[in-house]
Amino acid sequence: MLLEVEGLCVNYGHIEAIRDISFSVPEGTVTTLIGANGAGKTTTLKTISGLRKIRAGSIKFEGKDISAVEPYDRVKLGIGQSPEGRRCFIGMTVRENLEMGAFTRKDRKTAAYRDDLDRVLGLFPRLQERIDQIAGTMSGGEQQMLAMGRALMSRPRLLLLDEPSMGLAPKLIQQIFTIITEINSQGTTVLLVEQNAAQALKRSHDAHILETGEIVRSGKGKDLAVDPAVKAAYLGGDV
Amino acid sequence: MNLNFEFFFNNLPELTITGLAFGAIYALIALGYTMVYGVLQLINFAHSEVFMYGTFAMLWTIMALGAADANGVHLVAILIAALFAAMAMSAVIALGLERIAYRPLIKRNAPRLIALISAIGASFVLAELMGLRDKISGWFGLDDDLSDYVQKAKINNSMAGVLEKPRFEIAGVSISSIDVIVIVSAVAMMVLLDQFVRRSRLGKGIRATAQDPETASLMGVNPTRTIQMTFLIGGLMAGVAAFLYMLKLDATNYQVGFLLGVKAFTAAVLGGIGNLRGALLGGLVLGVAENWGQAILGSEWRDVIAFVLLVLILLVRPTGLLGESLGKARA
Repeated sequence: MLLEVEGLCVNYGHIEAIRDISFSVPEGTVTTLIGANGAGKTTTLKTISGLRKIRAGSIKFEGKDISAVEPYDRVKLGIGQSPEGRRCFIGMTVRENLEMGAFTRKDRKTAAYRDDLDRVLGLFPRLQERIDQIAGTMSGGEQQMLAMGRALMSRPRLLLLDEPSMGLAPKLIQQIFTIITEINSQGTTVLLVEQNAAQALKRSHDAHILETGEIVRSGKGKDLAVDPAVKAAYLGGDV
Repeated sequence: MNLNFEFFFNNLPELTITGLAFGAIYALIALGYTMVYGVLQLINFAHSEVFMYGTFAMLWTIMALGAADANGVHLVAILIAALFAAMAMSAVIALGLERIAYRPLIKRNAPRLIALISAIGASFVLAELMGLRDKISGWFGLDDDLSDYVQKAKINNSMAGVLEKPRFEIAGVSISSIDVIVIVSAVAMMVLLDQFVRRSRLGKGIRATAQDPETASLMGVNPTRTIQMTFLIGGLMAGVAAFLYMLKLDATNYQVGFLLGVKAFTAAVLGGIGNLRGALLGGLVLGVAENWGQAILGSEWRDVIAFVLLVLILLVRPTGLLGESLGKARA
C-alpha cells in the first residue's frame, strides 16, 4: 500500500470534521473520495498533506507513519497536491509556478528536470503556449492545469487532486479527467476528491463515499457507478 | 511665512542630490519593513532599532581600528570592516527580534495587534539598552576597558573628522563624493536584492509565501525559514543603511532609530508596502521632497513635509505609488 489511513479523526475547533475514517490507496491506482459539500473530503486531503492536525489515528506513507512530518517535508517524501480552488501563485508566471512545484528538487539544472518539465508541458500544451504569462490572467481551466502541472513537477509518488473539475465547462472537465488517467498510466498514483461523481467513479479503481465525516460505502469505482443507491444520491442528473 | 524660492531654484541640482542620498538611506531601511510586511502582514516596528544598532557597530569599529589615524588603503580596509560589522550587528538584532518577539506569537496564531505591541515593546527595550550601555558595562566591571566606546561614544557619538569628504564639480554643480557613494551603493544593493527575490529559488520561495503561505508549504517551502530569511535580509540592508548614514552624518545616538524608522516606514507605505521597487521609489521621492521643501520653507519644516506628503499620496492612492505586494510583484 502506498498510503494507509487508519482511524483518522480531525477536528476544526470543537467540530468533528472527520470521524474515524480508514482507507488505503494501492500503488499505481486512481482512488476517489466522493461526497457532498462539507462531507470532509478536502479535510482528508489536507490532513494527508499535513495542513491539518490529526486528533486521532494515523497516516502511513510507504509503510511509515508521517503524522508528525511537517507539510513542507511531506513533499520530499513524494506527496504532491493540487489544492482546492487551484491556488496558483497568481503573481508569478506559468514557468515560475512550475519552478515552485520543483522547489525541493536538487536536480533543477539537470536533464531529468527538463524531461519532467517537457512531460508536464506535453500533458498540458496550453501551459506551453502561456509559459511566460502571469498565472492570475489565465482562465479557471488553465489555472487548474497549472495547479496539476505544478504538483507533478515535484515528481510525486502520490498525487492528491482536490476537485479538479470544480467550476469548469463540461468539455474541459472531460479533458481534465482524460489527463488524470494519462498521469496515472505514466505511473503516478492518484488520490482524487470529487463532487463530479459520475466522471470520477468511471475513471477510478477504488472509491469511497464520505458523508458527514465518515466513510459510508467503499468499492470498485465501476461497481459504485452502477449502484442504484449511489446513483440516486450522487449521480442524479449528472450523467 | 517666508518662502525662499530663490534659494531653491539657484540650488536645485545640489538639493536634489542631497535629497536622493537621504532618500536612498530611507529606502534601504524601508526594505526591512516592506519584506517582513510582505510575508507576515505585520509592521516590524522594532526595525528602527535594527538600524540604530548598526550605526553603533560602525562607530565602534571605526574607533577600535583607529580610523582617525589611518589613511589610504588602511582607511578603506577599516571602512570595509565597519560595513561588515554594521551588517552583522543589524542582522543579529533582526534575527533575534524574529526569534524572541515574533516567532512565539506567530506559532500561537496571536492576533496581528499583539505582534505589533510586542514589536513596539522590543523597540523601546532595544533603544533603552543602548542608552544604558554605560550601566550595563558597569555590571560586568568593564567600565574602564570599554570607557572609550561607552562614555566617549555617549558624549560625542561621533566620528566627525575621520573622513575627508571631498566635493567635486560637474557643470558648475558642487557634489559631495559621499552623496554619490551613498546613492550608488544603495541603489546597487536594491537592484541586487530585487534580482535575488525575482530570480533565485529562495527569492521565489519568499514571494510564494508572501502570496499564499499554505500553498507555498505544499511546495516544500518552510515558512519559519522564509520568515527568518526576510528578517535577515532586512537586517543586512539596515546595516548597509547604517554604514551609509554614518558616512554621511558622522554621529549617532540611541534614539536615532525612531525618526529614521518612521521616515523609512513612510517611504515603504508611500511606494506601496510589500513592494521592493516601491520602497526604493518611496524613499527617493520622500528624500527629495523633504529636501526641496526644507529649502523653500526652512529646515524646521522637514518632518512636516514628509508626513504631509504621505497623507496626500495615500488620499489619492491608498495602496501607495506602485501599490502591489511582494507576492504579486511580477518577474
